[in-house]
Amino acid sequence: MNLTRQSPGYEQERPRSIKSNASESLDGERLARGLGWFSIGVGLAEIVAPRRLARFLGVRNHGILFRVMGLREIASGVGILSQRRPAGWLWARVGGDIIDLVALGKVMKSEPVKPVNIAIATAAVAGVTVLDVRCAQEVSDGKQATDHTVKVKKTILINRSSEELYRHWRDFQNLPRFMKNLDSVELTTNNHSHWVAKGPAGKRVKWDAEITEDRPNEFIAWRSLDGADVENSGSVRFEPAPGGRGTLVSVGMQYSPPAGVVGATVAKLFGRAPEQEVEEDLRRFKQVMETGEIITTQGQPAGRSSSTSWKYDQAVRRASASAWG
Amino acid sequence: MRANCWYGKRDVRVEDVAEPRILNRRDAIVRITTTAICGSDLHLYNGFVPTMEKGDILGHEFMGEVVEIGPDVRNLKQGDRVVVAFPISCGKCFFCQKELFSLCENSNPNAWMAQKLFGQSPAGLYGYTHMLGGFAGGQAEYARVPFADVGTIKIPNGLGDEQVLFLSDIFPTGYMAAENCNIQPGDTVAVWGCGPVGQFAIRSALLLGAERVFAIDRFLERLGMAKEGGAETINYEDADVYDILMENTGGLGPDSCIDAVGLEAHVPGVIGAYDRVKQAMMLESDRPHVFRQAVLACRKGGTVSVPGVYSGFDDKIPLGSLMNKGLTVKSGQTHVQHYMQPLLERIQNGEIDPSFVITHRMRLEDAAEGYEIFLNKTADCVKVVLKPNETRAMTPKTNRLSKGEVFSDMQGDHSAFSKGGEAMAEEHEARQPYKCAVCGAKFDSQDQLQNHLKSCTQKKSQ
Repeated sequence: MNLTRQSPGYEQERPRSIKSNASESLDGERLARGLGWFSIGVGLAEIVAPRRLARFLGVRNHGILFRVMGLREIASGVGILSQRRPAGWLWARVGGDIIDLVALGKVMKSEPVKPVNIAIATAAVAGVTVLDVRCAQEVSDGKQATDHTVKVKKTILINRSSEELYRHWRDFQNLPRFMKNLDSVELTTNNHSHWVAKGPAGKRVKWDAEITEDRPNEFIAWRSLDGADVENSGSVRFEPAPGGRGTLVSVGMQYSPPAGVVGATVAKLFGRAPEQEVEEDLRRFKQVMETGEIITTQGQPAGRSSSTSWKYDQAVRRASASAWG
Repeated sequence: MRANCWYGKRDVRVEDVAEPRILNRRDAIVRITTTAICGSDLHLYNGFVPTMEKGDILGHEFMGEVVEIGPDVRNLKQGDRVVVAFPISCGKCFFCQKELFSLCENSNPNAWMAQKLFGQSPAGLYGYTHMLGGFAGGQAEYARVPFADVGTIKIPNGLGDEQVLFLSDIFPTGYMAAENCNIQPGDTVAVWGCGPVGQFAIRSALLLGAERVFAIDRFLERLGMAKEGGAETINYEDADVYDILMENTGGLGPDSCIDAVGLEAHVPGVIGAYDRVKQAMMLESDRPHVFRQAVLACRKGGTVSVPGVYSGFDDKIPLGSLMNKGLTVKSGQTHVQHYMQPLLERIQNGEIDPSFVITHRMRLEDAAEGYEIFLNKTADCVKVVLKPNETRAMTPKTNRLSKGEVFSDMQGDHSAFSKGGEAMAEEHEARQPYKCAVCGAKFDSQDQLQNHLKSCTQKKSQ
């Protein structure tokens, strides 16, 4: 079995607005790493050989000044290399470049001994500055507005046959029982359905969906139709597990959260990460299929005002807040 | 109803709470007649296990009468007298079908939390942190029992509460610990910790064919109880445990070692201080000294069995010894449902009367005092049972049932029960004055016994 195959949710054609910028941000990261090492190289040169550098530029040997500038270079280099998204450190490099350019400009004005060398140095610093700015922009873009889609893939082992599991899932009206963020799913035709889900701030989001692929006991894929409040698609695959242990159920889902990435990030902060939501939905599906019910603690007694813990028991709380944003 | 709730480190209180109701179709509601404080409750009491919340109802060893059942419970009816297994298990998943009930996949609604800490989640438990489900516990007048068709055993007439209550946890736990040792006839087993689980592990090891059992503790009354159960005792404050075990096994080491202590081991000296400091600074979740010692002492190719509770990440574990000596480690929360029927039969056959371990009988109302006594092992405390229906206060000093005294709820229906209570009181009286666990000599005070035991153990180890 190919374990790295694409998640089933992506097998279908992607909705138009969903674009991938994974390769772009990879380039940005590679450039950032290069700049990080460049920083360290320049910094070392400034610290180890300030006199030679001064001679090349035809200026007085400002030993300490060069060394301080070298330290600054090394710090930003280490900063860039040690972080996955070093936008801050890259902007720090841009700041450093400007200081360098100003310094070189001052030397130029004061009738330098070696104007050609100063010009070469200025050109080099200017070139690096352009690179720094581009890279910093790219990396911070990635930070502020990565991919607008949320993609999740989860697999769970259920001690039931693929026939039973397929039959239960294929009747989409069963989904809200174990998918906590769904209010209802109505079948309008055999392949079309109307979904209502909990949205941000207690709002309801609605969409119509169609089944795009349906292989009995094996695979179902669906996607929202034009005019959806939340553009989304999903799929589920049923594969017999080895050793007669039941069925491996793999779910892939992707959607564009209405509140954008900010919403998704806020949701994550409150422990409502989509991966976890889908995982818990699948656990509830397993409970329904294996035991016939979803175990809860909501409504049990406790020596406090609420029966469950606000901190820990989100899984059993039917809260109005949701993972959508 | 009244229920014993956790409010923080060393702060438990009996409060008025709502009565439980059926929340799932396979639930039952049990009116609790007897419940107990478990050694593992003390880990919560001391605040060592994360994800407790103020107001959580404690307790996972309880029994009582079924007063209500959910529509999908077919094997129980109102009025049945049942003992409840402490793990909550669905009976349908891969693990339940292998009878590994404490590893149930479907009973922990907060599985994601345990998964983060442990890699995968075990079963939900009563009154034992939100990471393990956040279920209300059984130190209360009533409890809700999820998956009641799987998690209960009906008790036939003629057996008293105190004889069968411990089928809920400590008897199967001690038994499974011994069973995990894969005991062969003639084997030697060493048991660290002579608390209730250790006591049952000692007796179970002997039931399963061990020839010699060494019992390790520092509390004389517990060592005494172990000795009565057929063990040879080692007081670790008087002697080096490793040395004594090697001397008594010709350097071979015990075939199996049982760690019935877990995460709050008390160790004298530098290592003890090291673990305490690390645990206090949250650099280490447990104090795993007993586990270390068990690994080092165990015979090559032997088994280290761990019924003691550990919760997190520990260090200075002698993996080198574990690997090079080819040891097997077996552990786990107990698969109680797997053991309840066979162990009930052993009780019915008179092979064992689990009530021997009870030293204190108290009202539910006095639960806080019970925790304190149990924690500090004052008044020779080994095991506390709580009576939700008992309204009369106990003798304040000792809280012990004196000879011939019976509780109001023992009169009437359960005649065997009150006899059991009397017999227990007699047995306890018989332990006075203090008796040496090694040579059997009797003394008037604990101090005298302690003095004697030093020389007595020394003699033995020479």
